[in-house]
Amino acid sequence: QAEVEETLKRIQSHKGVIGTIVVNAEGIPIRTTLDNSTTVQYAGLLHQLTMKARSTVRDIDPQNDLTFLRVRSKKHEIMVAPDKEYLLIVIQNPSE
Amino acid sequence: MFTDETLETVGAGSLWRKSRQLEQESKSCQTAPLQTAEVEVQSLQTSDSGTQTDADELWAQRSRLAPPSEQEAPGLGEFLLRVEGTVVKELAKNAKSHAFSGFEVNWEDRTQTVTRLHCLQYTEAQDRRLHVTSVSWSSTGSVIACAYGRVDDGDWSTEQSFVCTWNLDRRGLNPKRPDLVIDVPAPVMCLAFHPSQPSLIAGGLYSGQVVVWDTSRTQDPVFAQTGMSADAHREPVYQVCWVPGPRRGEQAVLSAGSGGRALRWRVDGEGRLALSAGYALAAQQIPRSGALSKARGSGAVGVTSLALSPWDSDVFLLGSEGGLVLKCSFSAQAAAAGPPGSESQSVTLRAPAQFSFAPRCGPVHALHCSPFHRNLFVSAGTDGLAHIHSLLQASPVLSVRVCDAYVFGVRWSPTRPLLLAAATGQGSVLLFDLGRGSLRPTATIEHSAEGMAVSCLEYNPRQTDLRRRGGDGGSVDEERASELHEVEGRGELTALAVHVGLHVRD
Repeated sequence: QAEVEETLKRIQSHKGVIGTIVVNAEGIPIRTTLDNSTTVQYAGLLHQLTMKARSTVRDIDPQNDLTFLRVRSKKHEIMVAPDKEYLLIVIQNPSE
Repeated sequence: MFTDETLETVGAGSLWRKSRQLEQESKSCQTAPLQTAEVEVQSLQTSDSGTQTDADELWAQRSRLAPPSEQEAPGLGEFLLRVEGTVVKELAKNAKSHAFSGFEVNWEDRTQTVTRLHCLQYTEAQDRRLHVTSVSWSSTGSVIACAYGRVDDGDWSTEQSFVCTWNLDRRGLNPKRPDLVIDVPAPVMCLAFHPSQPSLIAGGLYSGQVVVWDTSRTQDPVFAQTGMSADAHREPVYQVCWVPGPRRGEQAVLSAGSGGRALRWRVDGEGRLALSAGYALAAQQIPRSGALSKARGSGAVGVTSLALSPWDSDVFLLGSEGGLVLKCSFSAQAAAAGPPGSESQSVTLRAPAQFSFAPRCGPVHALHCSPFHRNLFVSAGTDGLAHIHSLLQASPVLSVRVCDAYVFGVRWSPTRPLLLAAATGQGSVLLFDLGRGSLRPTATIEHSAEGMAVSCLEYNPRQTDLRRRGGDGGSVDEERASELHEVEGRGELTALAVHVGLHVRD
């Protein structure tokens, strides 16, 4: 249990990291360092996007699979590490 | 058997009168005097708001975070350990990477910079070939008023003209039919909406009258006007504007005309405009700047344009027929050396001029103070140049060649400190972006009909990407210059300061 918190803390302490969210397979956030409404919004939207990205990759080549998703925007970079059970979402301001 | 028997008489006194009397009782009652009062209220500003809460349940459901227990999230620890390495690596790489620095995405197509939204016309005014002399936006930014008059003949005219308003936010806007047409007995030279009350419009007439119209009155829209007195202008009024009055929250009308006087009017209760302060320009009292050596004799100096400083409520600028640009003060005390006959005025006229800028070759048609820099203003006139001045020095900081024809209007953009719009006698509106380094127009808005001068230009104070111009053809166009008016923010303000700073040092 403490190990989970430790890991999240380590990620959060990285340069420019704004927030870290862990989302389960249903798209429900289970750990977050952000406020409630932001978390809910990020979790819902990025879960959908990740599922879409995964099916895109697999539709192109059924042998292939999504391993990592990065979304670069004007303000942030959002990283999603997907898994069978969970998604780890990290929002970073790379210019910070 | 039978005997006489005398029975005692039994008397019963009549009680009927008495009982009546007893029952009679006078009663009186009075209600308190009825007091009636009538109160009317009208809200001038409306606001709408709507909320929708359909998705509430869904959000609430989603935001219920699972309690942090290992049962709820089996394998979470392993997952995090598995992905931590990758994420940390990417985070570190990202923080150092310059792959995206300076990269600009181009999502929108930005070729079309200015679009015309409406072309407003009043057919009767067009048929009579009247010109649009002035336009003004209401304080809410949704109503545009347009004044009709005549600028091509110098004759004294008593021709009837119009003031028309269109509400652009109204559904079913008919660009060919104004929402309101006010008949005016003389050509209207200028218009100005009240800065906070959207129904009041001040206007100056060719006959010298200053009128305030209330568009919410249906019967007689004239709310107040100047009478035929010695106080009033006797020559065309070229510019009116609203200035803060002596009392808090009160607004007075400042008017200036070719008679060489700027007069401040207070709206009194009886539908009249009463003179509260007056300023007169006499040639011998104009401070001479170094460049102006020629003596011009005495006499009145006709005012063609007027601008207020948004920074200093005491300062106003006057542009004259002879090309003078003057910095004036409302608090000036010196009495004006008036022409004969001015003694009959109810208010002593004062000489407001404090500083004279380098004179222009012809009438100064437009003056506008920068909304971003307290010492900066722009002037334009018949020589086709727009001069950007600092209030602190006589010679212009920058001179922009707008066109070879007359320039009738010039305005700073309300959102971009370095953007200027100029209305030209050639029928186009030119936008200059001083930040680009070149003094060529960044965008040109051509009028649909060739050879018609654009006589006036006004930015919408609320929807700041809208600009309005009126033309000789009697029509008013509204344009949206979206790309150019994107707010640039601080960066550009600094650029403006640097720009001005450089030239001041030169």
